[in-house]
Amino acid sequence: MDAFVLQLLNGLDKGGAYALIALGLTLVFGTLGVVNFAHGALFMLGAFCAVTMQKLLTLSVKVKDPGVTFFDAYKEIPYLEVWFGDTGKAVIDYAVPLSILLAIPVMLLIGLVMERGLIRFFYKRSHAEQILVTFGLAIVLQEIVKTAFGANPIPTGAPDAVAGSAAIGEWLGLGAAVVYPWWRLIYLAFSLAIIAGVFSFLQFTTYGMVVRAGMQDRETVGLLGINIQRRFTVVFGVAAVVAGLAGVMYTPILPPDYHMGMEFLVLSFVVVVVGGMGSLPGAVFAGFLLGVLQSFASMTQVKDILPGIDQIIIYLVAVVILLVRPRGLMGRRGVMES
Amino acid sequence: MKDLTTSVNRRSLLKATAASGLVLATPTIFSRGAWAQNFANDPTNKSSVTLGFNVPQTGAYADEGADELRAYQLAVKHLNGEGDGGMLQTMKPLALKGNGVLGKKVEYVTGDTQTKSDAARSSAKRMVEKDGAIMITGGSSSGVAVAVQSLCQEMGIIFMAGLTHSNDTTGKDKRKYGFRHFFNAYMSGAALGPVLKEEMGTDRRAYHLTADYTWGWTQEESIKNTTEALGWETVATVRTPLGAGDFSQYITPVLNSGADVLILNHYGKDMVNSLTQAVQFGLKDKMVNGKKFEIIVPLFSRLMAQGAGDAIKGILGTTNWNWSLQDAASQAFVKSFGQEYGFPPSQAAHTCYVQTLLYADACERAGTFYPCEVIKALEDFEFDGMGNGPTLYRGADHQCFKSVLVVRGNENPSSQFDLLKVVKEVPAEAVTYDPTIFGGELGTCG
Repeated sequence: MDAFVLQLLNGLDKGGAYALIALGLTLVFGTLGVVNFAHGALFMLGAFCAVTMQKLLTLSVKVKDPGVTFFDAYKEIPYLEVWFGDTGKAVIDYAVPLSILLAIPVMLLIGLVMERGLIRFFYKRSHAEQILVTFGLAIVLQEIVKTAFGANPIPTGAPDAVAGSAAIGEWLGLGAAVVYPWWRLIYLAFSLAIIAGVFSFLQFTTYGMVVRAGMQDRETVGLLGINIQRRFTVVFGVAAVVAGLAGVMYTPILPPDYHMGMEFLVLSFVVVVVGGMGSLPGAVFAGFLLGVLQSFASMTQVKDILPGIDQIIIYLVAVVILLVRPRGLMGRRGVMES
Repeated sequence: MKDLTTSVNRRSLLKATAASGLVLATPTIFSRGAWAQNFANDPTNKSSVTLGFNVPQTGAYADEGADELRAYQLAVKHLNGEGDGGMLQTMKPLALKGNGVLGKKVEYVTGDTQTKSDAARSSAKRMVEKDGAIMITGGSSSGVAVAVQSLCQEMGIIFMAGLTHSNDTTGKDKRKYGFRHFFNAYMSGAALGPVLKEEMGTDRRAYHLTADYTWGWTQEESIKNTTEALGWETVATVRTPLGAGDFSQYITPVLNSGADVLILNHYGKDMVNSLTQAVQFGLKDKMVNGKKFEIIVPLFSRLMAQGAGDAIKGILGTTNWNWSLQDAASQAFVKSFGQEYGFPPSQAAHTCYVQTLLYADACERAGTFYPCEVIKALEDFEFDGMGNGPTLYRGADHQCFKSVLVVRGNENPSSQFDLLKVVKEVPAEAVTYDPTIFGGELGTCG
């Protein structure tokens, strides 16, 4: 039971990340009809918003390190710490949550510029061309980040208060062995909140209603005198913000490097395909489903029977879905079907 | 009737041909540089010699690669007589004169292995075929080392391995043209065993998480053999993909597995991630079976410790070398490196620096760059003054035998670099093994 709860929690936590990235991806496909291979790069750029915030907060003065005698070594003491002491330290400690404030406007701007500056010229082109140009864009963005921040992962920790693990076993009346890192629980809650926010925006606001109408029948909405294109541009910006926030909050789990977006891109595409291209509930459901499946496939008992299953389970599910139900679990009839 | 004249003439002709052949061959056999035309990128008619530094500049082991490159650049400086000379002041015996190698200025080209075997092979090939590199060195992964070593064997180019810890590199995949100064997984196990027994006892249950490639497998095997010989039980050995990023799905099963020791057979970025995440899951403060849960990282490095931050504190492991060593050679190298770059060298930097000097010294002693002669000069070469005490480059498998350091993540560092504390310096005799146990054939030269 303990093992089951732990793996389930782990799967949900992984699924939260997958769902968040896939959500933006499928939103862009559903509205603009664009297959955006630069979406992983947006996740990465979000993570680097956290790195940037951390670097800004830790701008430092160099002081000679007395512990090193062989040569002149200098250690860096952040100005915030020099000026404000413990208060400064506490602010630096909360760099990741604080970077959400930076990431929202920055990612929105990046999304809008990306859509207006490049993506819109490819609406009427084939999916193959869209994939090529967005993939190229992703590589360009990666190289820019690599030039600015280097190739190595940059440790970006969670605040000390939530750096340890929560004794959920005791809460649930299970064994003391059942513990789970606080930050991962926060990430799960955060992803659920963002998902709820996006759904509420689309479901309960007039703006969202028009967007949904545009997704169903763009032409008719246009005939009603609504500038649906402008709304879709905003939706692209929202998708960029969602991917960016997913990246910001992921930094304490995985120290970011320039390549992290590519690692998630493939996974999130599989999630979108399994959920159904353009289906928002599909992306969320498939995200959690695949996260949970991947987690359970990594259990020793499962790996003993099927060695290596943890590394292929997600793709195996995708293959089965594509064979049996090409439109995905919750996809619209006709999409991806001949 | 038999034509005796013809018979005698033919015999005389054969004799004369053999004699002339011998006469013509004599000067080329007994004179230096006679192999000039016979090996790749022969620098005889050039004023300089080019070395190829093949290091990971991107990918999981990029940190280590960057430090390796710094060390190589420093080694080139010292070989050319620039700077303070570093370990050229302490190496014994020393044939190098500080005027390059065999009077030729040392130059270098670099390649990015990307920590991928195919990329590493093509960058090594490019450096040999296009840039004229006479020797290839570097790397921070055993998979890459084994692949490049085998390419070098095919091309007749000496490969001085960088950071590679798999038993296979000088075991089943050893090659005549390949040499390793760095220690290996077997040695880590042999050095760790007594310390583990002393600190954790003989009644323990170990859980392994292992990077799924040649280095991970051999380290898991070596450490498992060591701990099982101590009486420990192995609960599970789980393979994880290289560069997995999020290891949480592999760590959660550890929590209720009944294991009281987690052995992380990971290195570089993987190590930083898996150790950080294991600590986030509370494994460092856990009590299991009435004992304190322990995490062991059999192969440690200071660079890794930096990336993992506080997670590394109190964790046991082994290392090939550490900058805090107090011998004259280590101090000379740390001073030289520190003055150049502002921070101390990593173990990867140390092994690469030493390998470059050893190769250059072997050329100087051989009096030629001809690989087969340089190989002979390196085989069974005994030296000292390179930071690890008296060392033997064993001819049977091209593996260096020297002391191994058992270290622990420092609880109270005195400086930002003072992250590992040396627990024990295990002498070379305690980690020496029979070269035949891992199989493999060196092959031939030429």
